[in-house]
Amino acid sequence: MTRPSSEAEYLARMVPPSVRGVDRRTLLRGALGVGTLLGAGGLAACSSDSTGSTGVPTGAVTGTVTVGSNQSDAVPKAAVQSYMDAFSKANPGTTVKINTVDHNSFQENINNYLQGSPDDVFTWFAGYRMQFFAEKGLVGDISDVWKNITGMPDALKKASTAADGKQYFVPITNYPWAVFYRKSVFQEKGYEVPKTLDDLNALGAQMKKDGLAPIAFGDKDGWPAMGTFDQINLRVNGYDFHVSLMAGKEAWTDPKVKKVFDTWAGILPLHQADSLGRTWQEAAQSLQQKKSGMYVLGSFLAQQFSKGAEQDDLDFFTFPEIDSTIGTDAIEAPIDGYMMSAKPKNEGAAKKLLKYISEPEAQLLALKADPSVIATNQTADTSGYTALQKKSLEYVKSAKSIAQFMDRDTRPDFASTVMIPAIQSFIKNPKDIDGLLTSIEAQKKSIFGS
Amino acid sequence: MSVTVDPVEERSQALLKPREGGPQSGRRWLLPVMLTLISLIWLFPLLLALVNSFRDYAFTAKNGYVSWGGFTFDNYTNAWQQADFGLHFMNSAIITIPAVILTLFLSCCVAFVVARFSYRFNLALLGFFLAANLLPPQALLIPVYRMFRAIEVPLWISDSGTLLNSFVGLILVNMAFQIGFCAFVLSNYMKALPKELYESAVIDGASVSRQFFQITLPLCRPALAALAVLQTTWIYNEFFWATVLLQQGDKFPVTSSLNNLRGQFFTDNNLVAAGSMIVAIPTLVIFFVLQRHFVAGLTLGATKG
Amino acid sequence: MASKRKYRGIDQLSTRDKVVVSFMVIVPTLIVLWLVWLPAIGSVLLSFTNWDGIGPLSGIKSVGLQNYRDIATIYPPFWPAIQHNLIWLAVMFLVATPLGMLFAVLVDRGVAGTRFYQTSIYLPVVLSLALIGFIWQLIYSRDQGLINAITGGTTDWYGDPNVNLWAALVAASWRHAGYIMLLYLAGLKGVDPSLREAAKIDGASESQTFFKVVFPVMRPINIIVLVVTFIESLRAFDLVWVINKGRNGLELISTLVTQNVVGEASRIGFGSALATIMLLISSVLVFVYLRIAMKED
Repeated sequence: MTRPSSEAEYLARMVPPSVRGVDRRTLLRGALGVGTLLGAGGLAACSSDSTGSTGVPTGAVTGTVTVGSNQSDAVPKAAVQSYMDAFSKANPGTTVKINTVDHNSFQENINNYLQGSPDDVFTWFAGYRMQFFAEKGLVGDISDVWKNITGMPDALKKASTAADGKQYFVPITNYPWAVFYRKSVFQEKGYEVPKTLDDLNALGAQMKKDGLAPIAFGDKDGWPAMGTFDQINLRVNGYDFHVSLMAGKEAWTDPKVKKVFDTWAGILPLHQADSLGRTWQEAAQSLQQKKSGMYVLGSFLAQQFSKGAEQDDLDFFTFPEIDSTIGTDAIEAPIDGYMMSAKPKNEGAAKKLLKYISEPEAQLLALKADPSVIATNQTADTSGYTALQKKSLEYVKSAKSIAQFMDRDTRPDFASTVMIPAIQSFIKNPKDIDGLLTSIEAQKKSIFGS
Repeated sequence: MSVTVDPVEERSQALLKPREGGPQSGRRWLLPVMLTLISLIWLFPLLLALVNSFRDYAFTAKNGYVSWGGFTFDNYTNAWQQADFGLHFMNSAIITIPAVILTLFLSCCVAFVVARFSYRFNLALLGFFLAANLLPPQALLIPVYRMFRAIEVPLWISDSGTLLNSFVGLILVNMAFQIGFCAFVLSNYMKALPKELYESAVIDGASVSRQFFQITLPLCRPALAALAVLQTTWIYNEFFWATVLLQQGDKFPVTSSLNNLRGQFFTDNNLVAAGSMIVAIPTLVIFFVLQRHFVAGLTLGATKG
Repeated sequence: MASKRKYRGIDQLSTRDKVVVSFMVIVPTLIVLWLVWLPAIGSVLLSFTNWDGIGPLSGIKSVGLQNYRDIATIYPPFWPAIQHNLIWLAVMFLVATPLGMLFAVLVDRGVAGTRFYQTSIYLPVVLSLALIGFIWQLIYSRDQGLINAITGGTTDWYGDPNVNLWAALVAASWRHAGYIMLLYLAGLKGVDPSLREAAKIDGASESQTFFKVVFPVMRPINIIVLVVTFIESLRAFDLVWVINKGRNGLELISTLVTQNVVGEASRIGFGSALATIMLLISSVLVFVYLRIAMKED
């Protein structure tokens, strides 16, 4: 523990850690108020100290804090600007400088970005991708920020923790993957939400008779089909095996993995044909045009539908149960958030900003840009949520385990250079599963083994 | 007294005169018709995109692209506002214009020496430049990134203190990659110039630089114009180097603005098409401006049999 | 003016001229050496490692020829990529380049409206990748594309690996022809008109004039066009990348390099091995060109 550098900090530390969330916050705020009365000048001088781990400053912070953002299209960009502005207002003397890089380029160049001169704080995702950077020392430890964070479910804290037990990530929004459908179509044709694999097959047969493609499918870009694999694996083998497989600790030639592909091959006829030439958007349009019945995708699917009646017509159910001993309590809900670079120029303000991002105020401003995602902080006011958002929130809350999606849960080189082509070749030829798995395993050994 | 006849002028005059012995009369119409047909076929895909860039996405999502209706100018106004074209066009200009000029100039220098003089290293040099053009730039991204990060330069050259995240670095890299191709092409065009052209100049005591600027360069006008168009197009549309070597979004060239029109997941394709049309305008302008130089120039085969 | 200088033969240079010539050669050479060849050597060296692009250079470990062995044996897209590059080369060489040359010859005739024809054929070269992707998506999309809408078929032009390479080649030829037309036209414009006039007087027809008089004289340009075709086929990348990042039947060596090196995948060592293979194949081309050029001199 470092020596308290101000009256306010000293007072704040008097509060024992066992005191529950809200009370402690009001106490801290009170201490802050006392602190500013006592000696704002002195506080200002020492809080912009950026060397070493000074912890989250409870006093005022000043100076410029830089933020690297991948929210480059118009509406999200404005949303980011709005909550960064709100932060500046709440912390007079601080300016936030946002460096926006278009989404694709930001992600593709993350390695170069972090090794060049990264901004103090930047947008990123939870999962293996986050842990990888922590391991390589490219991002900063923000466990001290987490000590003061309230309202975050444990599952999300776990997702923000790296292998060394420290936290490196602050979540802002997340969104679930599930099976989406249009309520009007189900009502019209009298379909019922399938609870088991058999139900799904029966429903699919019925939809085919009615002239609908049962499951929309578009894997031209390679990543959407990973979602289907994950869902089936979670249902057939459970969360623990899935995570282990993603971490490279299981053999892909294991009969458990073969079972996943066999199951998939069983329901593949229900999927839209010729999926390798179709983008997810075109598949979503088939759902929109009522040409297909269901779609396994993330809730960002709602962005394709027009606001109002069309979006309200969208609903989802969890991927059906396949093994009754495993059930359906594992889901996929990728988490987006922010991290701090390893050597920020203004560590104090950066950490304060990260704390701010974990709070409902910032998160609700972020949601203005994209109502297909939900806030991660559980104390956020959900009265403004759409029906879909409310259902997503319930869905995420009631899940026992949350996976992040294949390309965030496993090594990115394995996901993009091995899994994408492998899954595409499975879709083309679902008969040679053994050959495929042997090929994946050989490549996996050469990547993970290194 | 052959010095007084400007070879450039002579050629220009010859080519401006209508070609004699044109298409046999009676079938005069065949060529223009064929060419019009070809042009229309070539333009068709672009026209398709152009038409659709004026259509609302909600409409085409509902009715598909093979339909009629939903026309609007909104895509263009939205694209202009959202993609921040002003800033990025300026960035592209800062990168492209010096890169093209320097590339062409340096390539001409090398091509001239190789074509004009018969040194033993000529072929090796040509091979050196030609092979440089064959490498996929993507393979060299990381080594160059590392190198630039390590090279320190004064702040007036780059505000980051190193060649990384600087326009100078990006210009140099583009130049390096294009010089190979241009040197190779230009050396072949210049080799076609007969030595006799230079004889009179040398007798008069012209230095190498005078020969270069007054004889060689003017005669290479069509080749230079063609290369200028190609280089501008390539460097302007180039994307990978910019994203690797620049780290700040507001320094990215205009190719990146198009990406700003895409969402993380959802993309309004019609909007991106409108943006792409806007982005294509400078290269089209360059092409039109330089088109008139696809005339006078070389004396290919003049003294050969 | 005036000659303090004695005429000593066309290639004799004064000292000052020697300095100028040296600069003219050295400056470009240094730039290319520094920014192309040095990184290329670095790339070749990296191909013997399994580096992931992160961390100090001192931390790089060597794995010998492992990358190359993996590429040849367990990396599924490699051999298809080689095959596709060869097909690409064949189509460019037999269809797209001759087409471009033909267009150049036709446009060179100078009939009214030649500017329009030139522009239309050259336009595809000028457009950015995003636009090209959109254009051909409008035409080839299985659900919403023009071709399927008109023919009523359901061919998966982009998704069916037996078909998509040819679909991409049509789009690539559309672009390549304009590019070749430009280069060839510049050359045609430089052909001495008196040659054609002489042929005319001798009673040659248009095509005879072209094949017997103009074509031989254009030899250096013909060689450029050939070399350019080879280069473009080996380096073919843009179109295929924008369609589907080079997967599922559209694998090309350059896309494999990019997939591994660019982006989060960051398999720098592995990608460099692929690039080195590409470099080796390309150097064969360079040797061949140099042999031809040597024979001339």
